[in-house]
This record gives sequence, structure tokens and C-alpha cells, in this order.
Amino acid sequence: MADLTTDFVGIKSPNPFWLASAPPTDKEYNVVRAFKAGWGGVVWKTLGLDPHIVNVNGPRYGVVYGADRRVLGLNNIELITDRPLEVNLREIKQVKRDWPDRAMVVSLMVPCEEWAWKEILPKVEETGADGIELNFGCPHGMSERGMGSAVGQVPEYIEMVTRWCKQNTRMPVIVKLTPNITDIRFPARAAYAGGADAVSLINTVSSITSVNLDTMSPEPSIDGKGSHGGYCGPAVKPIALNMVAEIARDVETLDLPISGIGGITTWRDAAEFLALGAGTVQVCTAAMTYGFKIIDEMTRGLSDWMDGKGYASVADVVGRAVPNVTDWQYLNLNYVTKARIDQELCIKCGRCFAACEDTSHQAIWMKEGRVFEVNDAECVACNLCVDVCPVEGCITMEELAPGVTDPRTGRVIAAEYANWTTHPNNPAAKAAE
Amino acid sequence: MTNNPMTPGIVPGRLPAETYRENFADLHPPYDAHEARVAADRCYFCYEAPCIQACPTSIDIPLFIRQIQAGQPQAAAGTILEQNILGGMCARVCPTETLCEEACVREAAEGKPVEIGRLQRYATDALMAAGEHPFTRADSTGKRVAVVGAGPAGLACAHRLAMHGHEVVLYDARPKPGGLNEYGIASYKAVDGFAQAEVAWLMRIGGIEMVQGQALGRELTLDGLAAEYDAVFLGIGLSGVNALGAEGDDGAGVSDAVDFIAELRQAEDLATLPVGRNVVVIGGGMTAVDAAVQAKLLGAESVTILYRRGREKMPASGFEQDLAASKGVRILAHAMPVAVHGAEIECEYTEDGPDGLTGTGERFRLPADQVLRAIGQRLEGAPAGLALDGGKIRVEGPGRTSRKGVWAGGDCATGGDDLTVTAVAEGRDAAEDINATLC
Ligand SMILES: Cc1cc2nc3c(=O)[nH]c(=O)nc-3n(C[C@H](O)[C@H](O)[C@H](O)COP(=O)(O)OP(=O)(O)OC[C@H]3O[C@@H](n4cnc5c(N)ncnc54)[C@H](O)[C@@H]3O)c2cc1C
Ligand SMILES: Cc1cc2nc3c(=O)[nH]c(=O)nc-3n(C[C@H](O)[C@H](O)[C@H](O)COP(=O)(O)O)c2cc1C
Ligand code: SF4
Repeated sequence: MADLTTDFVGIKSPNPFWLASAPPTDKEYNVVRAFKAGWGGVVWKTLGLDPHIVNVNGPRYGVVYGADRRVLGLNNIELITDRPLEVNLREIKQVKRDWPDRAMVVSLMVPCEEWAWKEILPKVEETGADGIELNFGCPHGMSERGMGSAVGQVPEYIEMVTRWCKQNTRMPVIVKLTPNITDIRFPARAAYAGGADAVSLINTVSSITSVNLDTMSPEPSIDGKGSHGGYCGPAVKPIALNMVAEIARDVETLDLPISGIGGITTWRDAAEFLALGAGTVQVCTAAMTYGFKIIDEMTRGLSDWMDGKGYASVADVVGRAVPNVTDWQYLNLNYVTKARIDQELCIKCGRCFAACEDTSHQAIWMKEGRVFEVNDAECVACNLCVDVCPVEGCITMEELAPGVTDPRTGRVIAAEYANWTTHPNNPAAKAAE
Repeated sequence: MTNNPMTPGIVPGRLPAETYRENFADLHPPYDAHEARVAADRCYFCYEAPCIQACPTSIDIPLFIRQIQAGQPQAAAGTILEQNILGGMCARVCPTETLCEEACVREAAEGKPVEIGRLQRYATDALMAAGEHPFTRADSTGKRVAVVGAGPAGLACAHRLAMHGHEVVLYDARPKPGGLNEYGIASYKAVDGFAQAEVAWLMRIGGIEMVQGQALGRELTLDGLAAEYDAVFLGIGLSGVNALGAEGDDGAGVSDAVDFIAELRQAEDLATLPVGRNVVVIGGGMTAVDAAVQAKLLGAESVTILYRRGREKMPASGFEQDLAASKGVRILAHAMPVAVHGAEIECEYTEDGPDGLTGTGERFRLPADQVLRAIGQRLEGAPAGLALDGGKIRVEGPGRTSRKGVWAGGDCATGGDDLTVTAVAEGRDAAEDINATLC
């Protein structure tokens, strides 16, 4: 049995699965249910200073569906906790006392002035919480008031506030980053410079999920008007994975621990974040969609997979894929593959044909009796047919061995690695040899 | 309820009133919006989809399902009806398991096709519930066309001709239009008077005058019609019934399955319909299954389908055979009737040999208060002067008969299976050809 326990910047938890700061973590009742279900930790719903904020009283969420009404993306216009600070602190203290083995991190968002942080930090420390997370990510509502992503979009502010926190508390400081920026490395470096113990990402992506075509209001609609919200769920996972990887391989932040967040729905998603350098993962939408019980699949799945691969502990997995994340210019141009269609598995839907035919390569033949075959002389190995085929494993990519002639280019495939930096078509190429 | 399933003879009222209602309710109840959404989501939007090819009317199935997915069932109905004006009836009666759904790639993938028929019904029902008729007529051409027979073939032909701006007179021998949609289709496939509602909806195109109670060969002659109209279309179906040729097959308890069904379809109150305690249906097609199942649903104690060949040769589809079995109908294959003796039928086992099908000599008797003949319909009253082929009006291409200016389609004409959807396709294509010829 793989050891799932984690020690993330000194914060211990029985497994790497934490609930992200959001409605599932906004009161004792939920958090206790989550711990009973088996979650390793929580980041408590973001606290602010009193008087506590208010939420809209109409719908807060919008959604993007996949087939069968599966939630692919969720958008929200909710703000930070709308309960009094003192109530939250009392509950945090109680839960931490009752569940000492679980990670209890408290998310915070107060005005960008040192007095505000000085005021709230001792109160949090008093609860016995394991650490704090600075919410520099919320892209709606709070940002209009100079908080959340309004801070997270200015690296200097991130560094300044992080430093204030480090100076005013002994608790580990995790800085939660917003994806609503151009290059995630800058805010990460700023957090690092300010002394952050770790970063967590991503918070939600600014979004409008849909427009009501009868009322012409964005959804969720509040009395005929809508405001952009924050997007999360499976749809944002690719954005999050990339940002995590960017920080993990940035020479300036190589040793900055990361808590990965964004679209994690199954153990597999979690393992991918770990592989790209996350030390723990946080989950919000999946828990909001399916309830806390998904933790069983997540912990069992991760454990089984680790056993199968021979990874003894979570730390063995963390960062394994990072060395394989590179820049496009270093990809091997002598790696040549062709699509292969398994005729036994083919159900003859013809989607590969439509995709290839209309997406410029025209590399699939539709033969008598709806037999689909790849024309190697045209196949550029783009993978689109693999992606659109409804049957998993029916279309695969086969590597052409060195020495074989690629019928598309007429060139013999070389065994050695060669990339763009040395390619003759590259005006900036350095002479080979 | 005066009688019960065990009452001897052919009697009405074998069941309590509510049981009739339950028994004759919709075979495939309509989808609600949620079910339709779930079912529609399963469509892969195949390239040159095999289902389109498998549909005799070539409905663009992936397109209409995508329109349902995109929240526009009425627009989906437009896509359906463009190709098949009786898309509503076809959604209910097509043997989809041997047509579009058999071709569905998800049948190959999972043995569970997208339920195209039910989705088609969802779309067409939505349009009809909204009271819309999405087609309009072209400017009048001044041409007049006689369409004989208001079954699926004649209706489809008349509608398409009217759309092209021709004036159509639609004659039918029977008191109600619809052909077998009204008189033949099993009643649990077209509940709540759908056949008439659909005809009324179809007639909203305008330009079609319906004349009932006029028969070709009785009030009308082909020469007369040809002289009066610019073109004639014959969609007269198969009104004759094949004879059994067994001793005693004109006895009191013996009748034609199609008549039994027609009477059932027209009955105001099913409890007044007499049915035997022990019913034997002779035949192996859709008519045999429909008659047998409905006899069972009317309260017969035992119903047996007697089919002279092997079960795999039955024209009724696997789905229909299963339906019969699920209602408690027994299918006795490789057996043929020899003689009817009062309330018993004498049968003989058969076998396939080098000289075709022969009796084995082994005989047995079954109790049979009622015997229903369902061994096929044939063309009756084909106008003289038209070339026939295999007992049907010979047509070439889009329904052209041997006589210039006369077209035919549906069951009465050669080519295609005897199905509602095929009749619609043939009527439509003949209309296009008539239009091309006249203009
Ligand atoms: C019992 C039964 C069940 C069936 N079930 C199904 C099913 O579930 N699904 C399916 O797809 N198909 C089914 N069929 C077949 C389908 O009903 C026919 O293929 C279809 O109705 C043929 O259409 P049509 O227009 O050619 O003929 P018909 O529907 O037979 O219509 C012919 C019309 O012409 C009229 N007519 C006949 N002679 C004359 C004349 N001399 N002068 C004027 N009018 C005349 C008739 O009154 C009738 O209205 C079934 C058939 C039967 C008998
Ligand atoms: C309704 C809702 C409220 C949220 N509130 C907060 C919050 O108060 N503080 C915070 O840091 N993040 C908040 N988030 C962001 C989540 O913590 C998380 O970063 C984001 O949803 C991405 O993870 P996911 O794809 O698993 O949902 C909220 C998300 C949702 C859906
Ligand atoms: S990999 Fe791309 S180019 Fe090759 S067959 Fe598939 S879709 Fe066409």
C-alpha cells in the first residue's frame, strides 16, 4: 500500500487531497462531513474583516455542460465568506481541535494595508490552524474593491503583502495565484521574493458562461444583468496544469512548493498535478458537483496507481514529469508517427474522415463499405483523428522506425534527435555540428 | 365484464375496462424533454451517416438529432418532414430495428443504437403540438393531378404535388383517409387517433381536395382520370387477401387478419369486440404478429402463430417476434394448417427438403375458436392496360407505369418493401417526377 501522507511546508495531512477554499469549506458542518468522508485537509473559505461581505441573493453559478449534462465548467459570482469573522474563527478552532491529523489552512483576504493583516493574523493563529493561504485570486467582486485578483495581478503587491504576513505570523504562508495574468511566473516569483512558503494555483478564470437569449442577460442573471464570474472545473484543468508546470520548471522558483488546483475530478487528474510538481492538490468543483464521497475514488485510485508503478510515497511522484516539460524548439523533429485505425474496433462513424478531410490534411480514405484507412503519404500525425474517434484505442499513433522513409516527406527517418534550433529552415539556426 | 379469457367461443368483454386501456396504450411512450436530451446526446454525428442511407426516405438523421441537442425540436421536425411528410407516423411504426437503428454505429459499438424513432417522434410531436405546418405552396401551375388512394403513398405524393403548386384531387374508396395508417397499423403503435390528426395536419398545405367513397374500378376509371387530369398517381395498396387453401377455411370462425385489425382500429369501445378463447393466426409477417398480439391483448386465453417455415425465415423482425413472445403469444414454426374442424384446427409439421417445403406427415390438432388468415395481401382491381409484375403494377424509376401519364407507388407497385416509409418515399419521388414532367 502506497503511503499517501504528505508534509507540505510543514503542514501534514493523511493524503494529498485538500478541499479548496470555497463553499464546501465555509463552515464547521461541511468540513466535519468532509473529514469524515476522508479528505486530507481543507483550505477554509476565505475570511475577511468585519463587517462581513454580502452575497447576491439571486443565482450565483453558471455552467457549461458536456454530453449528458455533465458539468464541464462552473462559473461563480460568489464573494468570500458572508459570515462574521468571529463565528468562522470559533469553528476553525473547534474543528482543528477535533481533527488534529487533518490539514487546516485558512484563506484570507483583507485590504491591501499592513494594519489589516496585522489585525487578522493573530486571530487566525489563535485557532491553532496549520497555515494560511492568501487569496490573491478571486477575479470578481472583491477585485473591484482592490482585493483578490486586483492584488494578484500586480507582482509588487503580492511581494509586499506576502512579506507583511511572513513578518507577522509564524504560520506557513501559501500564496494563491490568479490565472488572469499573462505570465504566471511573475506573480510566483514575487511571492517567492516576499518569502512565501508555497504557492497554490489556480484560482478561477474570469468568464461569462452563457447569455440568456430571451432576456439578453449574461448568466447567472441578477434581475436582468450579469457580471463576469470565475470559471473552474474540468474545463480549466489544462490551464492550471500548464501554469503549475511553468512555475515548477522556472529556474527562479525551482524549490517553491506548489499546491495544485483546477479541475481535479479524479485520482488521475490529481496524479498529473503531482507529476508536474504539485505537493498537494485542492479540489472544489468536483466536490460541489458530486459531493464529498468522490474522495474514496481519489485516494483508492491514487494508491492503486502508485502501487502499480512502484511509487512508495507521494513525494516519489511529485515533479516526475517536470523534466519532460520543455519548449517547442527542443522537440525532436525526427520523431515521426502515423495514425493507425484498428479495423476490428472501428464502428464506422466516419468522424475521423470528416475531421481529417475538413481540417486540411485529407489523409484518411473512405473506402467501399465505410472502411477508413490512413494514407501515410498525407498523414502529418496531428492526432485529430485519435481525438475525435468515439472508441478509445481504435485509432492510435505508431512511430516510424529510423531508417524507414516517411512517405509524406520522402525522407529517410534519422535516428538522432534533431530540433528546430538546428533546422535548415530556421533563419536563426546555429550550424549543426 | 360479462366474460373472461376462458369463456368458450368468440365473445366480447373478456377483460375489465381498465385492462383494455392499459393493454392498448402506446407501445413506445413518448420521450419527455429530459429523456430526449439524454438520447440525443448519444448521437455521434457520423460522416455520411449510415442511418441516413438506411432510411428509405433519407432523412438527415444526424442533423435533426443535433437540432434536438441544440434545443430546437421543432426545427428538427422541419428537417424530418422535408424528406418524409409522414415522419410522425413513421416514427411510430417503422421497424427501425431493421432500418435506421440497425445501421446506427452505436449498434455496432454497444448493441444499443441511438433511439432514432423515438427522437423523431419527439421532434414531430413538438411541431404538431405547436400547431405548425412548416411548408407553403409554390405559385399555382394550373395543372391538375388525380391521386388515387389516400394511404401513405398517395398522401406523400399529394402533399409534394401541392407544394409544387399543382391542384390535387385525392380519391379514396374508404370512408376515412390514411390507408393502413388508419385501418391496418397495430393500435398500440398509433394511439389517440394519430392517423387522422396527421392527415388533417398534412392537408393544411392546401390545394388538395379529398374525395372519399370513390373507387377506381367502381366510380372511377383510369381512362376517365387520364382524360380529365394532367397526370394520375395510383397508391391503392393491396386490398386483396391471399387464400389459405385449407379444408374448411371458409368456416364461421375463420376470417382475414386485416379485417380483424381494421375492425379493431375502428372500434369505439374495445370491450365490444369479440375475440376467440383460443386463437390461431396463420402467417409470419407483421400482420400475423399484429393480429396475434392484439387478439391476446383483447383477452384471448391462448394465441398461436402458425408459420410454415423456420423461425429465422419469418418476415416479422426479431423485435416483433420478441414483442409477440412478451405478450404471451406462442410462435409455432415449421407447421401448416391442413383443415379447420369447427373449434379445432388440424395442422401438419413441415420440413425443408430438396423439393422445397413439404409436410412431414405428422399431424396434430390445436383448439381454435378463431382462425385468422395473415398469409399476405395482394393487389386487387388493378386497372386494365397497366403492365404487372409479380402481381404488382410494374414501375420504373420514380414510379412510372407502362402507361404514359400514370404513376404508381406504395404497396401496389413493384420495388421496395411493403412499409409505410417506403410508400412515403415512393409517393414523394413520383410527385417530383410528375412535377418535372408537367413543368
Ligand atoms: C396489419 C398491417 C400492419 C402493418 N404494420 C406496419 C408497421 O408497423 N410498420 C410499417 O412500416 N408498415 C406496416 N404495414 C405496411 C404498411 O401499412 C403499408 O406498407 C403501407 O400502408 C402502404 O401504403 P400504401 O399507400 O401503398 O397503401 P395503403 O396504406 O394500403 O393505402 C391504400 C389506400 O388506397 C385505397 N384504395 C384501395 N383500392 C382503391 C381503389 N380501387 N380506389 C380508390 N382507393 C383505393 C385504400 O382505401 C387505402 O386508403 C402494415 C400492414 C398491415 C396490413
Ligand atoms: C463557488 C465558488 C466559490 C469560491 N470561493 C473561493 C474563495 O472564497 N476563496 C478562494 O481562494 N477561492 C475560491 N474559489 C476558487 C476555488 O478555491 C478553486 O481555486 C477553483 O474553483 C478551481 O478549482 P476547481 O476547478 O477544483 O473548482 C471558489 C470557487 C467556487 C466555485
Ligand atoms: S493524424 Fe491527423 S493527418 Fe493523420 S490521419 Fe489523423 S487526422 Fe489525418
